[in-house]
Amino acid sequence: MQIVTPTLLSVVLMTTLSTSAVHASAEPALVKLWRHETSNIAEIEVNKAAVERFNQSQQRWKIEVEMIPEGSYTETVSAAALAGDLPCVLDMDQPVVPNFAWSGYLRPLKGLVSQEVLDSLIDSAKGTYKDDVYSIGQFEVALALFSRQSILKEHGIRIGTIEQPWTKEELLRALATLKASGKYAYPLEMRTGWKGEWYSYGYAPMLQSFGADQIDRSTYRTAEGLLNGKQAVAWGEFFQSLFAEGYVDRNPSDDKAFSQQRAALDYVGSWEMANHVTSFGDDLVVMPVPDFGSGPVVGGGSWHWGITQGCANPEGAAAFLDYILQPNEIAAMSEATGMIPSTPAAAELTEHYRTGGDWRFFYDYSAAYARLRPATPAYPIISSTFETMARNIKDGADVQDSLDQAVDTIERNISDNKGYGFN
Amino acid sequence: MEPKSVTRLQPDIQEQKPRRRYVFLMSTPALLGLFMFLVIPFFMAVGMSFTDQRLLSPNETSWVGLRNYDRLLNVSGMVQEPVRDEAGQLVLDGDGQVEYPRLRTLLRSDPAMADYKLFSSWDLGEKRYIVLAKDPHFIQSFINTLLFVLLVVPLQCGLALALALLINRQLRGIFLYRTVFFSPVVTSIVVVSIVWSFLYHKDLGLFNHYLQAMSFGLIGPIDWLGDPAWSMPSIVIMSAWQAAGVQMLIFLAGLQGISPDLYEAADLDGAGPWSKFWHITLPGLRNTVVFVVISTTIQAFGLFTQVDVMTQGGPQGSTSTVMYHAVTKGFREQDIAYGSAISVIFFLVILGIALFQKRLFDSKGDK
Repeated sequence: MQIVTPTLLSVVLMTTLSTSAVHASAEPALVKLWRHETSNIAEIEVNKAAVERFNQSQQRWKIEVEMIPEGSYTETVSAAALAGDLPCVLDMDQPVVPNFAWSGYLRPLKGLVSQEVLDSLIDSAKGTYKDDVYSIGQFEVALALFSRQSILKEHGIRIGTIEQPWTKEELLRALATLKASGKYAYPLEMRTGWKGEWYSYGYAPMLQSFGADQIDRSTYRTAEGLLNGKQAVAWGEFFQSLFAEGYVDRNPSDDKAFSQQRAALDYVGSWEMANHVTSFGDDLVVMPVPDFGSGPVVGGGSWHWGITQGCANPEGAAAFLDYILQPNEIAAMSEATGMIPSTPAAAELTEHYRTGGDWRFFYDYSAAYARLRPATPAYPIISSTFETMARNIKDGADVQDSLDQAVDTIERNISDNKGYGFN
Repeated sequence: MEPKSVTRLQPDIQEQKPRRRYVFLMSTPALLGLFMFLVIPFFMAVGMSFTDQRLLSPNETSWVGLRNYDRLLNVSGMVQEPVRDEAGQLVLDGDGQVEYPRLRTLLRSDPAMADYKLFSSWDLGEKRYIVLAKDPHFIQSFINTLLFVLLVVPLQCGLALALALLINRQLRGIFLYRTVFFSPVVTSIVVVSIVWSFLYHKDLGLFNHYLQAMSFGLIGPIDWLGDPAWSMPSIVIMSAWQAAGVQMLIFLAGLQGISPDLYEAADLDGAGPWSKFWHITLPGLRNTVVFVVISTTIQAFGLFTQVDVMTQGGPQGSTSTVMYHAVTKGFREQDIAYGSAISVIFFLVILGIALFQKRLFDSKGDK
């Protein structure tokens, strides 16, 4: 039967549409792919183009893309996992990978994806759980402080450098100066209106730069004394003061304050680089994030690709990952979006990130300051709790109480889950 | 007599039998849908709420009895004595306030109290009265939801009735007004929420600009979504504006069902517009009002999207609702069993309130 059906089909097709007979005799197997619908249009365009190229390049597999809204992406994936409806390939924010891997929804990539590709990637482009690689990414991002040369010069503010980043005092002084100039209702834009993972990605590095952390990484079981210790309280009070002093808009209705020149500084990820260069050209300044006492920290790990356990065609999925992780594909993504390429070979192919390229410093920031988010299956609760806590502090809640509450919530969740495999 | 009545009944039964079969046949698709998408999931949620089921977990699911309900609803109280030094004098803190022992340290030291958190407290005399809850956030969300319902139902129904009265006349081009008043309903609530967060912005928003211009700078700027006292009213106003169109149409249908003869008779008797509204329109709309109030109430309990888009439950939990809490716990924090327990409790509460309203209206109708 299995042999007869395609032959019959091709005979029928040959009589009707003689040209498509070649295709019909080898119908490509469908490989479903989910990706989050980011506001970065270029990223989606490049990804679509790569899928097209892959589908054209061979006849065995056909990738079918489905877009999922970004705001509820992780929830959608969790719900689909529970219902057994996951696609073959999906993209995930790197910190949730340990949770999916622990739950048994992802396949280890070793043996599926070629070893050559795995070896070529920088460390933060690989999502691991208990020493196995479960996800790989085309790009990396880094946090930075954007501003404009003309603004800093006008107000006599020093440009922070990788050798000498701003300190907390320098940041506060700059903010006071800018605020006093009367030109900026809120001189610093921090994307406080974004929801979901941004809070943990953007503000936990600040907390870490103060010397605290979201969880004790030696055991992954407790947060007491770290997330609510002295340094964490210092972070909380600093964070709260940014809003209380009117340096940052507490409830921005958009995220265009810096690009529309309503703000002088923009604390955001390197993914905004391309947009900002378009807006400001040579006037743009990119500074490392401030050092709050324990050295500057930027979050490591961006969106990664993984293959699910339920995937019927893992070879097809792996072939696709191999394809998009070729240096020229990674370089194409980087060129279009401004993201940091995830292999050195790809970096050399790009205009901005090659050795001596004008955005090479992001590479250096990332290498010098990147700290991955806690690699524990408890991360979703840590992130959600951290967001609620940071929002409450932003809106004026008692810092110590908010931090204590977050610790209690995280620790109870860990004990409810029998330690998430860490004993 | 007897044989006669039997023969009379016979054809009736024969006629009814196939009809009953058709009733079942015809309602099967709807019942099946109800069963698959409402009844079964509900019973699954009830079952799940007694377990520790996670959204994603390799751990075995086990029965935990009433643990989720205990964590959800358990409320307790305590009275704290202030800190005294060796001489028995009150210790004052940096702000000159009477100092109390730190509550969290106290609670954590006692295993029986370790799960409790502060919900609210008052200082009275030289004592502090504390209300504790195992999930203070749920209790706050519950109160917020009730507040939303209490505010939005009268506003939305009143607005709908007023609009319906306005457009219930035979004027040229009245359909244009109907379309305009109805248009917010067909706009996605997400879009409406995003647009209104622009309007509500403290410094750039249109509302504050108008307020300040009209009051010559005396009023405002109000931090609509950022001030815990204003955030819920802001969401109430927007929600009522967005949804009133549906109720307006229902009221309009109700108004057109009232016989014009009654108004003519009232005119002859010399009744004014107010007394016509009070004695003809409102009694004529009784059934419509019952339906509109009950359905609006049930709908209002489900408040979620506006909160998720505009405030994320903030500032400081002042707009968190039961649905928002359930989604946060159940999906974002992956504790689906706890989320189920919240839904079950919530279902019972809404059912109770709907039955109560129905009763209230029924007893009024009897008089």
